[in-house]
Amino acid sequence: MVHAFRIGGLRLALDVESGALHSLSEAAFCVLEKRIAGESYEATPDEAAATHNLTQLEQAGQLFSPAADTQVHTHMQKRKPVVKALCLHMAHECNLRCAYCFAGQGNYGTDDRGLMPLEVGKKALDFIIAQSGARRNLEVDFFGGEPMMNFDVVKQLVAYGRAREKETGKRFRFTLTTNGAFLSTDNIPYINENFDNVVMSLDGRPDVNDRMRGTGTYDDLVPKIKAMASARGNASHYVRGTYTRHNLDFATDVLHMADLGFQYLSVEPVVAPPSEDYALREDDLPALFAEYEKLADALLEREKTGKGVRFFHFDIDLDGGPCIAKRVTGCGAGSEYLAVTPGGRLFPCHQFVGDDAFCLGDLDTGVLDIARVHEFSHCHVLTKSECASCWAKYYCSGGCMATAHYANGSILKPDKISCELMRKRIECALYMLAARKI
Amino acid sequence: MEHVTTIFAGNLQEKNDDKHIGCGECQTSCQSACKTSCTVANQICEQNQ
Repeated sequence: MVHAFRIGGLRLALDVESGALHSLSEAAFCVLEKRIAGESYEATPDEAAATHNLTQLEQAGQLFSPAADTQVHTHMQKRKPVVKALCLHMAHECNLRCAYCFAGQGNYGTDDRGLMPLEVGKKALDFIIAQSGARRNLEVDFFGGEPMMNFDVVKQLVAYGRAREKETGKRFRFTLTTNGAFLSTDNIPYINENFDNVVMSLDGRPDVNDRMRGTGTYDDLVPKIKAMASARGNASHYVRGTYTRHNLDFATDVLHMADLGFQYLSVEPVVAPPSEDYALREDDLPALFAEYEKLADALLEREKTGKGVRFFHFDIDLDGGPCIAKRVTGCGAGSEYLAVTPGGRLFPCHQFVGDDAFCLGDLDTGVLDIARVHEFSHCHVLTKSECASCWAKYYCSGGCMATAHYANGSILKPDKISCELMRKRIECALYMLAARKI
Repeated sequence: MEHVTTIFAGNLQEKNDDKHIGCGECQTSCQSACKTSCTVANQICEQNQ
Protein backbone atom coordinates (compact mmCIF):
# COMPACT_ATOMS: atom_id res chain seq x y z
CA MET A 1 0.00 0.00 0.00
CA VAL A 2 1.27 3.47 -0.90
CA HIS A 3 -0.15 6.80 0.25
CA ALA A 4 0.65 9.66 -2.14
CA PHE A 5 -0.25 13.17 -1.09
CA ARG A 6 0.50 16.80 -1.82
CA ILE A 7 1.29 19.16 0.99
CA GLY A 8 3.09 22.48 1.33
CA GLY A 9 4.34 22.38 -2.25
CA LEU A 10 5.79 18.88 -1.83
CA ARG A 11 4.63 15.62 -3.35
CA LEU A 12 5.18 12.79 -0.90
CA ALA A 13 4.79 9.04 -1.04
CA LEU A 14 4.67 6.83 2.04
CA ASP A 15 5.30 3.14 1.48
CA VAL A 16 3.10 1.82 4.25
CA GLU A 17 4.60 -1.62 4.88
CA SER A 18 8.26 -0.57 4.87
CA GLY A 19 7.76 2.92 6.30
CA ALA A 20 9.82 4.46 3.49
CA LEU A 21 9.07 8.09 2.69
CA HIS A 22 9.88 9.72 -0.63
CA SER A 23 9.60 13.19 -2.12
CA LEU A 24 8.64 13.00 -5.79
CA SER A 25 8.88 15.13 -8.89
CA GLU A 26 5.61 16.20 -10.48
CA ALA A 27 6.04 13.56 -13.19
CA ALA A 28 6.77 10.79 -10.67
CA PHE A 29 3.82 11.83 -8.54
CA CYS A 30 1.45 11.73 -11.53
CA VAL A 31 2.74 8.31 -12.57
CA LEU A 32 2.38 7.02 -9.03
CA GLU A 33 -1.17 8.33 -8.70
CA LYS A 34 -2.12 6.55 -11.93
CA ARG A 35 -0.46 3.38 -10.73
CA ILE A 36 -2.31 3.50 -7.41
CA ALA A 37 -5.60 4.10 -9.23
CA GLY A 38 -4.84 1.23 -11.62
CA GLU A 39 -5.06 3.51 -14.64
CA SER A 40 -3.15 2.81 -17.83
CA TYR A 41 -1.28 5.73 -19.37
CA GLU A 42 0.94 6.67 -22.24
CA ALA A 43 4.14 7.95 -20.70
CA THR A 44 5.81 11.15 -21.79
CA PRO A 45 9.65 10.98 -21.86
CA ASP A 46 9.71 12.62 -18.44
CA GLU A 47 7.16 10.14 -17.11
CA ALA A 48 9.17 7.25 -18.53
CA ALA A 49 12.21 8.35 -16.53
CA ALA A 50 10.00 8.77 -13.47
CA THR A 51 8.55 5.32 -13.98
CA HIS A 52 12.05 3.91 -14.06
CA ASN A 53 12.87 5.60 -10.73
CA LEU A 54 9.69 4.27 -9.16
CA THR A 55 10.56 0.78 -10.37
CA GLN A 56 13.97 1.13 -8.76
CA LEU A 57 12.28 1.99 -5.45
CA GLU A 58 10.00 -0.99 -5.79
CA GLN A 59 12.92 -3.30 -6.43
CA ALA A 60 14.68 -1.89 -3.35
CA GLY A 61 11.65 -2.73 -1.19
CA GLN A 62 10.78 0.93 -0.70
CA LEU A 63 7.56 1.17 -2.69
CA PHE A 64 4.58 -1.17 -2.90
CA SER A 65 6.21 -3.41 -0.32
CA PRO A 66 4.07 -6.44 0.36
CA ALA A 67 2.28 -6.70 3.67
CA ALA A 68 4.32 -8.82 6.04
CA ASP A 69 1.53 -9.26 8.50
CA THR A 70 1.62 -13.05 8.85
CA GLN A 71 4.19 -12.80 11.60
CA VAL A 72 2.36 -9.94 13.26
CA HIS A 73 -0.96 -11.81 13.01
CA THR A 74 0.63 -14.82 14.66
CA HIS A 75 2.13 -12.64 17.35
CA MET A 76 -1.17 -10.90 18.04
CA GLN A 77 -3.02 -14.20 18.30
CA LYS A 78 -0.47 -15.69 20.68
CA ARG A 79 0.14 -12.63 22.84
CA LYS A 80 -0.97 -12.70 26.43
CA PRO A 81 -1.15 -9.07 27.51
CA VAL A 82 -0.18 -8.15 31.05
CA VAL A 83 -1.21 -5.01 32.90
CA LYS A 84 1.67 -2.58 32.58
CA ALA A 85 0.05 0.80 33.09
CA LEU A 86 -2.47 2.27 35.47
CA CYS A 87 -4.30 5.55 35.46
CA LEU A 88 -4.92 6.29 39.13
CA HIS A 89 -7.88 8.58 39.70
CA MET A 90 -6.48 10.24 42.79
CA ALA A 91 -9.39 12.65 43.06
CA HIS A 92 -12.86 12.58 41.59
CA GLU A 93 -12.96 16.23 42.41
CA CYS A 94 -11.58 19.24 40.65
CA ASN A 95 -10.94 22.86 41.53
CA LEU A 96 -11.77 23.93 37.97
CA ARG A 97 -15.02 23.66 36.07
CA CYS A 98 -13.88 23.28 32.48
CA ALA A 99 -16.93 23.29 30.23
CA TYR A 100 -15.72 20.45 28.00
CA CYS A 101 -14.50 18.14 30.78
CA PHE A 102 -15.18 14.53 29.80
CA ALA A 103 -14.89 13.69 33.50
CA GLY A 104 -18.00 15.64 34.48
CA GLN A 105 -15.93 18.28 36.28
CA GLY A 106 -14.03 15.58 38.08
CA ASN A 107 -16.57 13.11 39.41
CA TYR A 108 -17.21 11.25 36.13
CA GLY A 109 -20.92 11.34 36.90
CA THR A 110 -20.52 8.54 39.41
CA ASP A 111 -21.11 7.98 43.12
CA ASP A 112 -17.45 6.97 43.34
CA ARG A 113 -16.41 10.46 44.41
CA GLY A 114 -13.86 12.06 46.64
CA LEU A 115 -10.18 11.34 47.10
CA MET A 116 -8.40 8.03 46.68
CA PRO A 117 -7.35 6.74 50.13
CA LEU A 118 -3.73 5.74 50.60
CA GLU A 119 -4.67 2.10 51.12
CA VAL A 120 -6.50 1.95 47.78
CA GLY A 121 -3.50 3.49 46.04
CA LYS A 122 -1.14 0.98 47.65
CA LYS A 123 -3.40 -1.87 46.58
CA ALA A 124 -3.31 -0.48 43.05
CA LEU A 125 0.49 -0.50 42.99
CA ASP A 126 0.54 -4.02 44.44
CA PHE A 127 -2.02 -5.01 41.79
CA ILE A 128 0.07 -3.81 38.85
CA ILE A 129 3.20 -5.46 40.25
CA ALA A 130 1.32 -8.74 40.59
CA GLN A 131 -0.33 -8.49 37.17
CA SER A 132 2.66 -7.35 35.15
CA GLY A 133 4.39 -10.70 34.70
CA ALA A 134 7.94 -10.37 33.39
CA ARG A 135 7.43 -6.79 32.30
CA ARG A 136 9.89 -4.55 34.15
CA ASN A 137 8.78 -1.02 33.28
CA LEU A 138 5.46 -0.06 34.85
CA GLU A 139 3.66 3.22 34.26
CA VAL A 140 1.42 4.96 36.71
CA ASP A 141 -0.33 8.20 35.86
CA PHE A 142 -1.67 10.21 38.78
CA PHE A 143 -4.83 11.56 37.25
CA GLY A 144 -8.14 13.01 38.27
CA GLY A 145 -10.18 15.19 38.50
CA GLU A 146 -7.26 17.08 39.88
CA PRO A 147 -4.73 14.72 41.48
CA MET A 148 -2.97 17.50 43.36
CA MET A 149 -6.10 17.84 45.51
CA ASN A 150 -4.82 14.58 46.98
CA PHE A 151 -1.12 15.34 46.76
CA ASP A 152 -0.10 14.04 50.18
CA VAL A 153 -1.35 10.61 49.16
CA VAL A 154 0.35 10.95 45.77
CA LYS A 155 3.67 11.54 47.54
CA GLN A 156 3.15 8.60 49.86
CA LEU A 157 2.36 6.39 46.88
CA VAL A 158 5.51 7.49 45.07
CA ALA A 159 7.50 6.53 48.17
CA TYR A 160 5.64 3.23 48.41
CA GLY A 161 6.29 2.52 44.74
CA ARG A 162 10.01 3.24 45.14
CA ALA A 163 10.17 0.84 48.09
CA ARG A 164 8.36 -1.86 46.11
CA GLU A 165 10.77 -1.34 43.20
CA LYS A 166 13.63 -2.45 45.41
CA GLU A 167 11.77 -5.55 46.52
CA THR A 168 10.55 -6.60 43.10
CA GLY A 169 13.03 -5.35 40.50
CA LYS A 170 10.24 -3.45 38.79
CA ARG A 171 10.68 0.14 37.68
CA PHE A 172 7.83 2.63 38.11
CA ARG A 173 7.50 5.54 35.75
CA PHE A 174 5.28 8.10 37.37
CA THR A 175 3.35 10.75 35.47
CA LEU A 176 1.48 13.63 37.01
CA THR A 177 -1.37 15.04 34.94
CA THR A 178 -2.48 18.31 36.50
CA ASN A 179 -4.24 21.55 35.69
CA GLY A 180 -1.34 23.28 37.41
CA ALA A 181 -3.35 25.29 39.91
CA PHE A 182 -1.63 23.78 42.94
CA LEU A 183 1.93 23.97 41.61
CA SER A 184 4.12 26.04 43.88
CA THR A 185 7.73 26.66 44.78
CA ASP A 186 7.17 24.18 47.63
CA ASN A 187 6.22 21.21 45.46
CA ILE A 188 7.86 21.86 42.08
CA PRO A 189 11.31 20.57 43.15
CA TYR A 190 9.72 17.41 44.55
CA ILE A 191 7.70 16.81 41.37
CA ASN A 192 10.72 17.46 39.22
CA GLU A 193 12.75 14.93 41.10
CA ASN A 194 10.18 12.18 41.41
CA PHE A 195 8.13 12.16 38.23
CA ASP A 196 9.16 10.81 34.85
CA ASN A 197 6.61 12.95 33.06
CA VAL A 198 4.50 15.95 33.95
CA VAL A 199 1.47 16.92 31.88
CA MET A 200 -0.08 20.32 32.49
CA SER A 201 -3.19 21.84 30.95
CA LEU A 202 -3.45 25.14 29.12
CA ASP A 203 -5.56 25.84 26.05
CA GLY A 204 -3.69 28.75 24.50
CA ARG A 205 -4.70 32.38 24.25
CA PRO A 206 -6.23 33.97 27.37
CA ASP A 207 -9.73 34.33 25.93
CA VAL A 208 -9.71 30.82 24.44
CA ASN A 209 -8.47 29.29 27.67
CA ASP A 210 -10.79 31.22 29.95
CA ARG A 211 -13.88 30.64 27.82
CA MET A 212 -13.78 26.89 28.44
CA ARG A 213 -11.79 26.68 31.66
CA GLY A 214 -13.09 29.61 33.64
CA THR A 215 -12.46 33.33 33.88
CA GLY A 216 -9.07 34.15 35.34
CA THR A 217 -7.63 30.66 34.96
CA TYR A 218 -5.10 31.75 32.32
CA ASP A 219 -3.61 34.42 34.57
CA ASP A 220 -3.56 32.04 37.52
CA LEU A 221 -2.12 29.03 35.72
CA VAL A 222 0.46 30.41 33.30
CA PRO A 223 3.04 31.53 35.91
CA LYS A 224 2.74 28.21 37.75
CA ILE A 225 3.05 26.11 34.60
CA LYS A 226 5.96 28.27 33.48
CA ALA A 227 7.75 27.62 36.76
CA MET A 228 7.21 23.86 36.45
CA ALA A 229 8.25 23.76 32.78
CA SER A 230 11.31 25.84 33.53
CA ALA A 231 12.36 23.50 36.34
CA ARG A 232 11.74 20.58 34.03
CA GLY A 233 14.00 21.82 31.24
CA ASN A 234 14.29 19.02 28.72
CA ALA A 235 13.01 16.34 31.08
CA SER A 236 9.75 14.87 29.86
CA HIS A 237 6.79 17.21 30.24
CA TYR A 238 4.00 18.59 28.11
CA VAL A 239 1.83 21.63 28.19
CA ARG A 240 -1.30 20.28 26.62
CA GLY A 241 -4.54 21.88 25.58
CA THR A 242 -7.85 21.09 24.01
CA TYR A 243 -9.33 22.85 21.02
CA THR A 244 -13.01 23.03 20.28
CA ARG A 245 -15.35 24.42 17.64
CA HIS A 246 -14.87 27.79 19.35
CA ASN A 247 -11.21 27.94 18.30
CA LEU A 248 -10.88 26.26 14.95
CA ASP A 249 -7.88 28.57 14.55
CA PHE A 250 -6.07 26.54 17.21
CA ALA A 251 -2.68 26.92 15.48
CA THR A 252 -2.64 30.41 16.93
CA ASP A 253 -3.07 28.88 20.38
CA VAL A 254 -0.19 26.46 19.88
CA LEU A 255 2.01 29.31 18.71
CA HIS A 256 0.86 31.48 21.60
CA MET A 257 2.05 28.82 24.02
CA ALA A 258 5.30 28.50 22.09
CA ASP A 259 5.72 32.27 22.47
CA LEU A 260 5.22 31.86 26.21
CA GLY A 261 8.38 29.79 26.15
CA PHE A 262 6.91 26.29 26.37
CA GLN A 263 8.96 23.75 24.43
CA TYR A 264 6.80 20.63 24.57
CA LEU A 265 3.26 21.15 23.41
CA SER A 266 0.19 19.14 22.63
CA VAL A 267 -3.20 20.48 21.62
CA GLU A 268 -5.92 18.00 20.90
CA PRO A 269 -9.42 17.94 19.47
CA VAL A 270 -12.15 18.00 22.10
CA VAL A 271 -14.01 14.79 22.93
CA ALA A 272 -17.65 15.76 23.16
CA PRO A 273 -21.14 14.56 22.24
CA PRO A 274 -22.38 16.13 18.98
CA SER A 275 -25.13 17.94 20.89
CA GLU A 276 -22.61 20.32 22.46
CA ASP A 277 -22.09 23.63 20.68
CA TYR A 278 -18.32 23.31 21.08
CA ALA A 279 -18.17 19.78 19.58
CA LEU A 280 -16.27 19.45 16.31
CA ARG A 281 -18.38 18.60 13.28
CA GLU A 282 -17.61 16.89 10.02
CA ASP A 283 -18.06 20.14 8.13
CA ASP A 284 -15.29 21.68 10.25
CA LEU A 285 -12.75 19.27 8.78
CA PRO A 286 -11.58 21.39 5.80
CA ALA A 287 -10.83 24.31 8.13
CA LEU A 288 -9.08 22.01 10.60
CA PHE A 289 -6.97 20.42 7.86
CA ALA A 290 -5.88 23.87 6.71
CA GLU A 291 -5.11 24.80 10.31
CA TYR A 292 -2.87 21.79 10.83
CA GLU A 293 -0.98 22.61 7.62
CA LYS A 294 -0.65 26.22 8.73
CA LEU A 295 0.71 25.03 12.06
CA ALA A 296 3.24 22.72 10.40
CA ASP A 297 4.55 25.59 8.25
CA ALA A 298 4.67 27.96 11.21
CA LEU A 299 6.62 25.44 13.30
CA LEU A 300 9.08 24.90 10.46
CA GLU A 301 9.58 28.67 10.25
CA ARG A 302 10.23 28.84 13.99
CA GLU A 303 12.87 26.12 13.65
CA LYS A 304 14.70 28.21 11.07
CA THR A 305 15.02 31.04 13.58
CA GLY A 306 16.15 28.78 16.40
CA LYS A 307 12.80 28.86 18.16
CA GLY A 308 11.64 25.35 17.39
CA VAL A 309 9.23 23.54 19.70
CA ARG A 310 8.01 19.95 19.84
CA PHE A 311 4.35 19.46 18.98
CA PHE A 312 3.28 16.03 20.19
CA HIS A 313 1.14 15.09 17.21
CA PHE A 314 3.72 16.14 14.64
CA ASP A 315 6.47 14.29 16.43
CA ILE A 316 7.17 11.13 14.46
CA ASP A 317 10.41 9.23 14.78
CA LEU A 318 10.60 7.28 11.53
CA ASP A 319 13.85 5.56 12.39
CA GLY A 320 13.52 4.79 16.08
CA GLY A 321 9.79 4.18 16.49
CA PRO A 322 8.28 1.01 17.88
CA CYS A 323 7.92 -2.44 16.27
CA ILE A 324 4.91 -3.33 14.16
CA ALA A 325 3.36 -5.35 16.99
CA LYS A 326 3.24 -2.22 19.13
CA ARG A 327 1.99 -0.19 16.21
CA VAL A 328 -0.99 -2.46 15.64
CA THR A 329 -1.73 -2.94 19.35
CA GLY A 330 -2.57 0.66 20.13
CA CYS A 331 -3.07 2.01 23.62
CA GLY A 332 -3.68 -1.33 25.33
CA ALA A 333 -6.77 -0.05 27.16
CA GLY A 334 -8.65 -2.83 28.89
CA SER A 335 -5.78 -5.29 28.75
CA GLU A 336 -2.43 -3.58 29.31
CA TYR A 337 -3.75 -0.32 30.67
CA LEU A 338 -6.48 0.11 33.29
CA ALA A 339 -7.98 3.00 35.19
CA VAL A 340 -8.57 2.80 38.95
CA THR A 341 -11.24 4.94 40.62
CA PRO A 342 -10.88 6.42 44.14
CA GLY A 343 -12.96 3.51 45.42
CA GLY A 344 -10.72 0.96 43.71
CA ARG A 345 -12.94 -0.01 40.78
CA LEU A 346 -11.23 -1.01 37.55
CA PHE A 347 -12.15 0.28 34.08
CA PRO A 348 -10.54 -0.22 30.65
CA CYS A 349 -9.31 3.38 30.72
CA HIS A 350 -10.13 6.78 32.17
CA GLN A 351 -12.55 7.46 29.31
CA PHE A 352 -14.79 4.56 30.36
CA VAL A 353 -14.92 5.50 34.04
CA GLY A 354 -18.49 6.30 34.99
CA ASP A 355 -19.94 3.76 32.55
CA ASP A 356 -20.79 0.80 34.79
CA ALA A 357 -21.19 -1.50 31.81
CA PHE A 358 -17.41 -1.27 31.43
CA CYS A 359 -16.46 -1.89 35.07
CA LEU A 360 -14.05 -4.83 34.95
CA GLY A 361 -13.92 -5.55 38.69
CA ASP A 362 -12.09 -3.93 41.57
CA LEU A 363 -8.79 -4.12 43.40
CA ASP A 364 -10.18 -6.67 45.88
CA THR A 365 -11.73 -9.00 43.32
CA GLY A 366 -9.26 -8.37 40.52
CA VAL A 367 -10.46 -8.34 36.94
CA LEU A 368 -13.69 -10.32 36.77
CA ASP A 369 -15.00 -9.43 33.35
CA ILE A 370 -12.62 -11.62 31.38
CA ALA A 371 -14.83 -11.49 28.29
CA ARG A 372 -14.52 -7.72 28.23
CA VAL A 373 -10.73 -7.90 28.59
CA HIS A 374 -10.66 -10.38 25.71
CA GLU A 375 -12.79 -8.00 23.65
CA PHE A 376 -10.35 -5.14 24.27
CA SER A 377 -7.18 -7.16 23.75
CA HIS A 378 -8.53 -8.37 20.40
CA CYS A 379 -9.45 -4.88 19.29
CA HIS A 380 -6.47 -3.75 17.27
CA VAL A 381 -5.53 -2.60 13.81
CA LEU A 382 -5.62 -6.09 12.31
CA THR A 383 -9.13 -6.83 13.59
CA LYS A 384 -10.69 -3.52 12.55
CA SER A 385 -11.52 -3.57 8.85
CA GLU A 386 -11.35 0.20 8.49
CA CYS A 387 -7.91 0.26 10.12
CA ALA A 388 -6.43 -2.71 8.28
CA SER A 389 -6.94 -0.93 4.95
CA CYS A 390 -5.86 2.52 6.17
CA TRP A 391 -2.47 3.92 5.14
CA ALA A 392 -2.02 5.50 8.57
CA LYS A 393 -2.39 2.26 10.53
CA TYR A 394 1.24 1.99 11.69
CA TYR A 395 1.28 5.59 12.96
CA CYS A 396 -2.15 5.92 14.54
CA SER A 397 -2.55 2.34 15.81
CA GLY A 398 -6.31 2.30 15.60
CA GLY A 399 -7.39 5.35 17.52
CA CYS A 400 -9.23 5.68 20.79
CA MET A 401 -11.55 2.78 21.60
CA ALA A 402 -13.65 4.91 23.93
CA THR A 403 -14.21 7.51 21.24
CA ALA A 404 -15.17 4.70 18.84
CA HIS A 405 -17.61 3.21 21.33
CA TYR A 406 -19.31 6.48 22.21
CA ALA A 407 -19.49 7.60 18.56
CA ASN A 408 -20.45 4.33 16.90
CA GLY A 409 -21.49 1.90 19.63
CA SER A 410 -18.50 -0.39 19.08
CA ILE A 411 -14.86 -0.23 20.04
CA LEU A 412 -14.17 -1.83 16.66
CA LYS A 413 -15.66 1.06 14.66
CA PRO A 414 -13.35 4.09 14.71
CA ASP A 415 -14.79 7.57 14.87
CA LYS A 416 -14.67 9.23 11.46
CA ILE A 417 -13.72 12.73 12.59
CA SER A 418 -10.93 11.37 14.80
CA CYS A 419 -9.58 9.30 11.90
CA GLU A 420 -9.64 12.23 9.50
CA LEU A 421 -7.79 14.45 11.95
CA MET A 422 -5.26 11.75 12.77
CA ARG A 423 -4.48 11.20 9.08
CA LYS A 424 -3.99 14.91 8.55
CA ARG A 425 -1.68 15.17 11.57
CA ILE A 426 0.41 12.29 10.28
CA GLU A 427 0.61 13.87 6.83
CA CYS A 428 1.80 17.09 8.46
CA ALA A 429 4.36 15.21 10.55
CA LEU A 430 5.74 13.46 7.47
CA TYR A 431 5.74 16.75 5.61
CA MET A 432 7.82 18.39 8.33
CA LEU A 433 10.36 15.56 8.19
CA ALA A 434 10.59 15.90 4.42
CA ALA A 435 10.76 19.70 4.48
CA ARG A 436 13.69 19.60 6.90
CA LYS A 437 15.62 17.33 4.55
CA ILE A 438 14.95 19.05 1.24
CA MET B 1 17.42 9.54 -8.71
CA GLU B 2 16.22 12.39 -10.85
CA HIS B 3 12.58 12.09 -9.88
CA VAL B 4 12.83 10.88 -6.30
CA THR B 5 14.42 12.10 -3.09
CA THR B 6 14.20 9.44 -0.43
CA ILE B 7 13.55 10.99 2.96
CA PHE B 8 13.64 7.71 4.83
CA ALA B 9 14.45 4.29 3.40
CA GLY B 10 12.08 2.42 5.72
CA ASN B 11 12.80 -0.14 8.39
CA LEU B 12 9.46 -1.40 9.61
CA GLN B 13 10.12 -4.93 8.41
CA GLU B 14 13.45 -5.01 10.21
CA LYS B 15 11.51 -4.41 13.42
CA ASN B 16 9.34 -7.39 12.64
CA ASP B 17 11.85 -10.05 13.63
CA ASP B 18 11.80 -12.28 16.68
CA LYS B 19 14.15 -10.01 18.60
CA HIS B 20 12.10 -6.86 18.25
CA ILE B 21 8.52 -7.94 17.87
CA GLY B 22 6.25 -7.25 20.78
CA CYS B 23 8.67 -7.37 23.73
CA GLY B 24 6.09 -5.17 25.47
CA GLU B 25 8.50 -3.02 27.43
CA CYS B 26 7.50 0.18 25.66
CA GLN B 27 5.28 2.89 27.04
CA THR B 28 1.51 2.65 26.73
CA SER B 29 0.60 5.11 24.05
CA CYS B 30 -2.15 6.97 25.87
CA GLN B 31 0.06 7.68 28.82
CA SER B 32 1.72 10.90 27.84
CA ALA B 33 0.56 14.14 26.33
CA CYS B 34 -2.51 12.65 24.78
CA LYS B 35 -5.24 11.44 26.98
CA THR B 36 -7.76 11.32 24.20
CA SER B 37 -6.01 10.57 20.95
CA CYS B 38 -3.65 7.66 20.80
CA THR B 39 -0.48 7.99 18.75
CA VAL B 40 2.29 5.43 18.58
CA ALA B 41 4.58 6.83 15.96
CA ASN B 42 6.34 9.09 18.42
CA GLN B 43 6.85 6.34 20.96
CA ILE B 44 10.33 5.11 21.64
CA CYS B 45 11.36 1.48 21.28
CA GLU B 46 12.90 0.47 24.62
CA GLN B 47 15.43 -1.61 22.74
CA ASN B 48 16.82 1.54 21.14
CA GLN B 49 17.25 3.36 24.46
